[in-house]
Amino acid sequence: MPDSVPPVLEVSGLSKHFPVRKGLLRRTVGHVYAVDEVSFSIGTGETLGLVGESGCGKTTVGRTILRLIEPTAGSIRLDGLDVTHLGRAELRPFRRQMQIIFQDPFSSLNPRKRAGDIVGEPLKVHGLKTRDERRQAVEDLFERVGLRRAQMDNFPHQFSGGQRQRIGVARALALNPKLIIGDEPVSALDVSIQAQVINLLMDLQRELKLSYLFISHNLAVVEHISHRIAVMYLGRIVEHTDKVTLFTRPLHPYTEALLAAVPVPDPRIKRTKRVVQGDVPSPLNPPPGCRFHTRCPIAVARCRQEVPALREVETGHHVACHLR
Amino acid sequence: MAVIDHDAELARAGANVNGWFGSLVFFCRRYPLGAIGAAVVIVFVLTALFADYITAFDPTRTDPRASLARPGDVHLLGADFMGRDMFSRIVYGARISLAVGLGSTFLGCFFGVIIGLTSGYFGGWYDLIVQRLIDIMQALPLLVMALVMAASLGPSLENTIIAISIPIIPHVARVIRSNTLSLREMPFVEAAKAIGMSEWRIAFQHVLPNTLAPLIVLGTAQLGSAILTEAALSFLGLGIPEPHPSWGRMLSESAAEYVRTAPWLVVFPGVAISLAVFGTNLLGDAIRDILDPRQRI
Amino acid sequence: MAAPQPLVANRAARPETPPERVLEVENLQTYFYSRSGLVKAVDGVSLWLRRGETLAIVGESGCGKSVTALSLMRLVADPPGRIVGGSVRLDGVDLLGLDETAMRQIRGNHISMIFQEPMTSLNPVMTIGRQIREAIILHQQISHRAATARAVEMLALVGIPEPAQRVKEFPHQLSGGMRQRAMIAMALACNPKVLIADEPTSALDVTIQAQILELMAKLQRELGTAMILITHDLGVVAETAERVIVMYAGRKVEEAGVDDLFARPMHPYTRGLMNSIPRLALMRREAGPAVERLQEIPGIVPALTNLPQACTFAPRCALATDKCRGQYPPYEQKLPDHWAACWHSDKLEGAADA
Repeated sequence: MPDSVPPVLEVSGLSKHFPVRKGLLRRTVGHVYAVDEVSFSIGTGETLGLVGESGCGKTTVGRTILRLIEPTAGSIRLDGLDVTHLGRAELRPFRRQMQIIFQDPFSSLNPRKRAGDIVGEPLKVHGLKTRDERRQAVEDLFERVGLRRAQMDNFPHQFSGGQRQRIGVARALALNPKLIIGDEPVSALDVSIQAQVINLLMDLQRELKLSYLFISHNLAVVEHISHRIAVMYLGRIVEHTDKVTLFTRPLHPYTEALLAAVPVPDPRIKRTKRVVQGDVPSPLNPPPGCRFHTRCPIAVARCRQEVPALREVETGHHVACHLR
Repeated sequence: MAVIDHDAELARAGANVNGWFGSLVFFCRRYPLGAIGAAVVIVFVLTALFADYITAFDPTRTDPRASLARPGDVHLLGADFMGRDMFSRIVYGARISLAVGLGSTFLGCFFGVIIGLTSGYFGGWYDLIVQRLIDIMQALPLLVMALVMAASLGPSLENTIIAISIPIIPHVARVIRSNTLSLREMPFVEAAKAIGMSEWRIAFQHVLPNTLAPLIVLGTAQLGSAILTEAALSFLGLGIPEPHPSWGRMLSESAAEYVRTAPWLVVFPGVAISLAVFGTNLLGDAIRDILDPRQRI
Repeated sequence: MAAPQPLVANRAARPETPPERVLEVENLQTYFYSRSGLVKAVDGVSLWLRRGETLAIVGESGCGKSVTALSLMRLVADPPGRIVGGSVRLDGVDLLGLDETAMRQIRGNHISMIFQEPMTSLNPVMTIGRQIREAIILHQQISHRAATARAVEMLALVGIPEPAQRVKEFPHQLSGGMRQRAMIAMALACNPKVLIADEPTSALDVTIQAQILELMAKLQRELGTAMILITHDLGVVAETAERVIVMYAGRKVEEAGVDDLFARPMHPYTRGLMNSIPRLALMRREAGPAVERLQEIPGIVPALTNLPQACTFAPRCALATDKCRGQYPPYEQKLPDHWAACWHSDKLEGAADA
């Protein structure tokens, strides 16, 4: 890729801190560092998988990029243009370039609107087409995601979970975005339907050169769909590299722990399973130094005191660990 | 294991119910009390609508010769001390009660929804202030408010409707606000924001339609309560003035003096009020049960 | 790097002579009566479980696996559901023939259940200790103090640190993994013969899931509890189950030992499920080209109110023929210890993606 073309999305030092208020006067007693100094970029037609367990901040990252939540610090660049501090009106045209698919197919669609209206709404809001053009566009979108035109007049409760998720995909595509953020888009679906939606997303990526930020806790799905992967733990990225390297030569102990914990659907494989102990610490009270040190099998004194920086240890492979 | 008759069980659950008549019969079987309530309300509404056709007398026409006539052929339910036909007065009273009930409920719900929706959706200082105003509204005794309105503006049908709508507003606003608070967090609202929709549009096009379901139940309950309140106000002389016939005022005019000598002056208006309120309450309960998602399969 | 730990085998070693059967279910039928019609949620399911064994029931939503579990515990809501046929024998006693009082003495005592969502399965206003004690005191004649001591013992057994302190805490003070451990403690407090786990780890993070699965295997070995594990996750099945049942639209479609099932699935649905999950090929260092597209099972699960006489999977099956569309295939033994309901199991042989 030539250097002069800016990446579709570039996130730099993104942070989101939530104040914790206690007492009658709601004094701020501390902060939850939900997202802490997160940086990455996504190119055209590329998928970045954002992985982590509960409390790691991956969902907050997605919401902050879309400015559904306001970032506390850092910058967000779309196609090279800084959109971090734009007001609502200025931001509006940029919203056409990035859209979102939600996890829950049941609550992500307004139960009182017809499917065709839901998909056509983005076009209506941005005043892009006449009524007839809109209807045509919605029909095309329905076909593209594998639904029938006749279903445009149905209500969400008349569709199955997988079909509802397809409606969500159609809605995300309506404005022809360059970037789609998928917030656990297949986690709530049955396994056989998951495959259908994953295939659909990958087909669309090839056809339309879409970029995806694929947020998920399911490593198998992430392995299949991503080009590059970033692993998050308690608000920070701990490892960031391409797919092959992450799954064959992970360096961060947390990544190793995650890979060791994933159940493999093959009874013949008996892996050496080092099950990491302990619970994920609360984001309200993160451990000092390296946040993973309480559960890390190789932690030393330095890990308890000093926060490791995310360093590029080999080309394209970033790790935040003192010992690797 | 006992043999189970699948068809009987299915019939009880309401499967294979076709057409509107079948649905009607199923509704009556499953919710008998609701059916009674619905029947009462329908009779009430029809009576009010066709008052002109079913009455023989003008309810305001006095006839001294018929004063305190007993119920009989001429005056079906008797006549009051001024010789006015009781049946006609009851029937036209239905019209008044319905008008006041519907009018105040509608007015109360209209403002309650707007206040509750904006308060819940936009939050912040606006919400805090509005909530305190709502608290104040709820604290004001209805009768005192009605008295002040009657004294300053004069008693009239319109003022009564307004007075009764006022306690409905905070009630509705509270319910709508709490629904809005939970709907606000739903992903489909976030999706609308991600598209770039303005907050006002989201509030009215996405959130509002989803808050209205509980309003149906609330509305029917308030209707019964409004009718009762009108009766109370009119009884105290603060509500509907002459010459409109009002069940409440009919009671107040005759209760003390004539309860023993001409009981029909007291019994019939009392029964009318009770039936109307009872009917709307039963219907409201049944509607709430029907709409309860947990009852559905 | 430290030396790798010894293998953690999550499955109990098979004893020389197979132990006797502790649970035998014959032709279980649970129907729901709804406005849309008759829902045959479980239609003629039979299964058996030996002492100390783990049986997994796999399927997607609507297949009837959860209703099967609830039927075994007689927890199906009536109305609208009803167990209309079959027998459930726990150590010889038919649970479906007992009255409610007798059944209550069995539940929590001889047969227990744990659920998916630990937050909603635990009472938020009662301490953990009290909830476990409740389970113990209901079934055993011991004093309050002895029951508390046993509750602390159970918490220690399930790996909760500082159990004497935790016993006085409320559910919201514990993390998700801890709550699930507490629920396991509650379920095993009376040392039941059978534990039914309905998606016990689906709501948990993957590292916590690994801990809980390891814990459950360890407890099974120590206490000899037989377990029915209900899940949609084939990875969990591969790691923990000894035998597997695959359900579709209320019926069993395949049943086998776990190795046999994965090596040679005999039903197209089972094979379809296995091919539609992402393979973790890189992690497993598999040779060969990367899979570009996951193999889809087209279509959706049929509505349970309108099941045809034909094979219920036929509309979605690549191997379906007129025979399949005419008649439901018999459930028969295809290989030793391996049953399936398919007219064309032979076409699947050799075509399985191992």
